[in-house]
Amino acid sequence: MTSRSEPVVGVVRLARRAVSISGWLDRESVFSWLMMAPPLLFLAALVGYPFLYGILLSLQNRPVAHAGTFVGLKNFANDINDLIFWKVTFNTFLHTAAATLLKMVGGLALALAMNQQFPLKNLVRALLLLPFIVPTVLSTVAWMWILDPAFSVLNWFLIALGVPKPGPSWLGNPILAMASIIVINTWRGLPFYGITLLAGLQTVPPELYEAATIDGAGGWQRFRYVTLPLLQPIILIVTLFSVIFTFADFQLVYVLTHGGPQNATQLFATYAFDIAMASGQLGLGASVALATFPALALLILALTIYLRRG
Amino acid sequence: MVTGYSPVERAVRLWLPVGFFLLVALFPFYWMAVTSLKPNAELYNRHLMPLLVLHPTLKHYVDLLTQTSFLLWTWNTMIVAVLSTAISLVLGVMLAYPLARMRFAGAGLIAMTVAAIYLVPQPLLFIPLADLINRLDLGNTLSAVILTYPTMLVPFCAWLLLGYFKTVPKELEEAARIDGASRLQTMRRIFLPLCTPGFISAGIFAFTLSQNEFLYALIFLTKSSVRTVPVGVIAELIRGDVFYWGQLMAGALLGSIPVAIIYSFFVEHYVAGLTSGSVKG
Repeated sequence: MTSRSEPVVGVVRLARRAVSISGWLDRESVFSWLMMAPPLLFLAALVGYPFLYGILLSLQNRPVAHAGTFVGLKNFANDINDLIFWKVTFNTFLHTAAATLLKMVGGLALALAMNQQFPLKNLVRALLLLPFIVPTVLSTVAWMWILDPAFSVLNWFLIALGVPKPGPSWLGNPILAMASIIVINTWRGLPFYGITLLAGLQTVPPELYEAATIDGAGGWQRFRYVTLPLLQPIILIVTLFSVIFTFADFQLVYVLTHGGPQNATQLFATYAFDIAMASGQLGLGASVALATFPALALLILALTIYLRRG
Repeated sequence: MVTGYSPVERAVRLWLPVGFFLLVALFPFYWMAVTSLKPNAELYNRHLMPLLVLHPTLKHYVDLLTQTSFLLWTWNTMIVAVLSTAISLVLGVMLAYPLARMRFAGAGLIAMTVAAIYLVPQPLLFIPLADLINRLDLGNTLSAVILTYPTMLVPFCAWLLLGYFKTVPKELEEAARIDGASRLQTMRRIFLPLCTPGFISAGIFAFTLSQNEFLYALIFLTKSSVRTVPVGVIAELIRGDVFYWGQLMAGALLGSIPVAIIYSFFVEHYVAGLTSGSVKG
């Protein structure tokens, strides 16, 4: 009897162990960490590691295809003494501030205009979003052609309206080039603002407007004291997103002006690219890219705290 | 809302601003289309009214498809977009599900980290990544971008899905657990099938972002045979100082069409994702 019962006990033990392993796997924390391990490792390898490696690079003299030598903060000292670096800093802040402001005001106007009943509203909304979804590089090429020095369609109209030939040199004049970049960035990002704010507007209960109207509020007052306060959280989130990604803009400038004329439209991203990729100085380029980090870190922290989904 | 405006007032309040925004938003696309259909004699004649095509021709399209590698670039772009979207959705779910449903120490920290990574812009990472890709000997392979696009798309999908997952009621999962299903079974068999709309939203966004990506593709893909559409158009259709504007516009238009088609099918999902306050602008 005993000899026969032995294996049975073993099987039961095995079964118990299997149960306990599956029980262990079913614990919330074990299941969660096992599930999250692959994506977290992926992000650690391709975001965390490059980020730290970028810091290391910024402390090196590192020409492409050569070993780096440690130079301490020399690259950053170089940046501080580099007039173009300060011009790039100014450009980036100007570009970010101007484009964000235009997107905010224009987006709000778009949302208010769209927050009315009219036929084909969904089609209009879909069409208005096109600048945002079409690959930026491709739409920027179209803008390049619209602003072409010799065959600008915009200048064709201006000349028809009496502007002396050949019309403004949109991308050749430093101020006009920056203005063009800001306007095209706005053209691309405004629909995102507008449609997001529209969704916010649609959540404002109509009773609030009715109550305000009964209390004698006019159109502007309803907007100022009902609409705007209720939209404020959405405006803040959208603006932080917009600031972060306008600040780091690359494609539009790279395609339209390559940072020119005379670095008038050079932003941090394009300048870092020029130094690291075109001139092959990875260390110096990394230091320019990292110079944006303090400002970005503050913005990211602010938005992360605001977005927290707990 | 207050209604009953006169037709004139309605025109000023509604049609004027909406018309203006539509005109500005769509003109560049109209201009692409018109340009791509003009013969060169019309294209480079400053005396003609530019908004109309007198003798439309498909020559630029034919040239684009036969004399350049545009079709190959389109194929590359599709492969890259589909694979990096798939990778990102799978890894995104693996992050988002525990964060949405489980209670464990560190969950808040992980959620914050994912959000922060999602906000880190590419220019901060591209130089070290370029060096890394070189050392891994992945330069000029599609793997270089299929691997690096998910660095942006995984946190993005995770974030969007996390928001979506929290709106799904828990009762079905609880019932499955009581019936003895393991957590993995509950997630795969019960929960994930309920989340198709969330996957469509995240998938379209990831897909359009991959089609749109330029910086990594520009750095990692320098051979014509592995290029994606945005890089191919910029690097090869703009030849020195000579611009082939007809071809360029044809390429810009054709390159935009896949995104536009996908978008038009799922526009409601797209807007839902956009307005959940979790998209880059």
